[in-house]
Amino acid sequence: MSKKALQNIMVLDFSRSIAGPYCTKLLAAFGAEVIKVEEPKRGDPARYEGPFRDDRPDPEGSALFLYLNTGKKSITLDLQAVAETNLLKMLIKEADVLVENFPPGYMADLGIGYEKLAKINPGLIMVSLTDFGQDGPYRNYQGGRLVENALSGYMYVNGDPGREPLAGGGEQPAYQGGLHAYAGILAALISRQLTGRGWYIDVSIMECMASLHQFTVNRYAYSGKIQKRGGNRHIWSHPVTVYPCRDGHVLVCAGTEDQAEMLLTLVGETDALNDPRFESGIQRLIHADEFDGLVKPWFLDKTKKEIVEICQEWRIPVAPVNEIPDLYEDEQLRAREYWIELDHPVAGRLPYAGAPFRMSETPAVYSRAPLLGEHNEEIFISRLGLTEAEMGQLKKDGVI
Amino acid sequence: MYRLLEGIRVLDLTRVWSGPLAGRILADLGAEVIHILGRVTVSGEKIPPEQVAVLGTFPEDDPGARPWNRMSQNNDFSRNKLGLTLELDVPEGIDLFKRLVAKSDVVLENFSPRVMTNFGLDYDVLKKINPAIIVCSMPGFGLTGPQKDYISYGVNLDFFSGLASLMGYPNKGAHMSGNAYPDATAALHAVGAILTALFHKMRMGKGQHIDLSQAESAVSVIGDVALGFALNGHVPRRRGNRHPVYAPHGCYQCRGEDQWLAIAVSTESQWKALIGIPDMPAQMKDAKYGDPEKRQAHHDELDKMIESWTIQYDHRDAMSILQNAGIPAGAVFDAAELLADEHLCERDFFLQMDHPEAGLRHYCGLPIKFSGTPVSPGNPPPLLGQHNEYVLSKILGLSPEEITRCEQNGVIGTEPID
Repeated sequence: MSKKALQNIMVLDFSRSIAGPYCTKLLAAFGAEVIKVEEPKRGDPARYEGPFRDDRPDPEGSALFLYLNTGKKSITLDLQAVAETNLLKMLIKEADVLVENFPPGYMADLGIGYEKLAKINPGLIMVSLTDFGQDGPYRNYQGGRLVENALSGYMYVNGDPGREPLAGGGEQPAYQGGLHAYAGILAALISRQLTGRGWYIDVSIMECMASLHQFTVNRYAYSGKIQKRGGNRHIWSHPVTVYPCRDGHVLVCAGTEDQAEMLLTLVGETDALNDPRFESGIQRLIHADEFDGLVKPWFLDKTKKEIVEICQEWRIPVAPVNEIPDLYEDEQLRAREYWIELDHPVAGRLPYAGAPFRMSETPAVYSRAPLLGEHNEEIFISRLGLTEAEMGQLKKDGVI
Repeated sequence: MYRLLEGIRVLDLTRVWSGPLAGRILADLGAEVIHILGRVTVSGEKIPPEQVAVLGTFPEDDPGARPWNRMSQNNDFSRNKLGLTLELDVPEGIDLFKRLVAKSDVVLENFSPRVMTNFGLDYDVLKKINPAIIVCSMPGFGLTGPQKDYISYGVNLDFFSGLASLMGYPNKGAHMSGNAYPDATAALHAVGAILTALFHKMRMGKGQHIDLSQAESAVSVIGDVALGFALNGHVPRRRGNRHPVYAPHGCYQCRGEDQWLAIAVSTESQWKALIGIPDMPAQMKDAKYGDPEKRQAHHDELDKMIESWTIQYDHRDAMSILQNAGIPAGAVFDAAELLADEHLCERDFFLQMDHPEAGLRHYCGLPIKFSGTPVSPGNPPPLLGQHNEYVLSKILGLSPEEITRCEQNGVIGTEPID
């Protein structure tokens, strides 16, 4: 009985950097065969981004690449040179899914747009994952993290009132794009089981980010109110904020009346329970500085760990403010064996962030990222039946 | 709304954001998603006007006679779903739920781990009723481990996961996101997990239990940063909007009030294009800004010069000048600008839906576009208990008398229970 949900699904991965690779990383983790097609000699630009060990650049040692390409096979191929050749046709025929994130129209200009590929393989599911989608006035705009944070409405609500807006942490736009592409591919695979037909899927990262507001957009559509930056305080209620403690900071989320009462009781400020300034979330927000003045001292002589344990015991939602190193020490993540060790010939043994969800029947399986062109022989000779001589010629021509 | 998942039935027990969004994406893809709410969990209390004004979540700040049907966020996350109320703290409610499980493919829940157990609705119980059922549980910290019962919201996980540590002004602490990503991230991971399980079920006939820790889901989307630390021991510094290598990267004030433009120069050709903009300060052409390292060293100076240019323009005009020259630039849109954006509008990203109690409103659409398939406008968000009768009679085959009895016993209804 198969333990791989995506067994026998072959994915041709033309994507690079972050968005597409996160999507295909998940496909690989759940059992698809992902063949990453990289530019000869150079490979995925993520190989040059780092961080690197001792800050020494090495295309086989970039953390960004190593994390985002677990479980994949790497072949090198000059797409421009092979676009209309039999070689690419053979690969397309074998594929169930094709993921690409070139600028709109690039594949069609090479003569390998979806229409052409669907003629070779009518069951093909092709995803184009771009900053702004395949059409519309911005389709040729330059995107990226900062631009997507800005245009999606996210940046406007991040930061201190009166200061410049802040882009969100990490590479969220790209990851969210990859997650939507993953959902689109799986929905298409499910539908293809019944109909046999393939699909073309257009995912715009700007739209992915715009669709992930909790209330910024719908609030405006309902009441005409524009959400603004609230700093490290929630805009609706208090306290939903950060307090300093002995060894760092904690996030206290006690915005409801019950939670705020519990907090005041816990810190011994029971007189404040009947203070009209603190009777509702909005009142506490108006008098936030006074409220903080009362409760802050309690935190100062305690550690993050102590505070979280006590507050959770009192059913007050408090979390540690973690920096990246804290994540590796966290006992919940460790108890659940979230971190997985993978060995890599260049980068060595390292702890990687594990599965974002656990499946009881078909658990994620991870293996290290491939070296550039590591699977050329396996794919071209064993799989597609090229001879050693033919492969030698392609190498000589710089095609692989 | 697409029809890719037609014929798949999902029981959605979730509340707030992450779970409801996951259910809605499945509904947008064509699954029959039954959103099940206990009326004891719905507030019927009158909301004071000053609170209504701060929340801004009701149509024109009027909660109306039935505020639970008029909340923007709930409505946003329940379009294309069927609305069923069911009290799970009484045996009749549990019985009806179990009968639905027998006829469904997926159960989605985002309670803390002990809740389903308290209802007597553990995965093992549900599996006995329907061996191929897929159950997706998405609590804050997962179903196991010493902190599994910790209470948390998206904002807690923003800080727990390290995401907040990656946002902030230089030399300042971790910064709260104005819109907590961990919820949205968990929603998308839940959709991915459920679809993966559905595909497996289609081919192998087996269901399974998905344990989605929202904390782990959030760490996974900064896994590259975590691995970077494991590799070289550097803790990423908070740099505002700057980039560790490329420059200039920043957010610059424009002509209008609280108007900003994000600019991210990442290649030498983009830099050359920027200094080639005709009215950009000429000093920027100085050789002392000739490469990324030099520009990093003089970043403050450069920011001032760039801002002396942006401040003269509306941020959309500045964006199109720079983008037409090939420079990555994005106007920092507020909610109103986002909804009016010409690009999103031309791509038909927004949906307009008429709701009997909330009126005609715009909503963000599904950002996954399948070509060659007709997109139906879909159904507006349901009223509380709108589909009680439909679900109980059409799906479970209850007689009108039995349905009336459920109403009389309070197992179903259309108003909150105080």
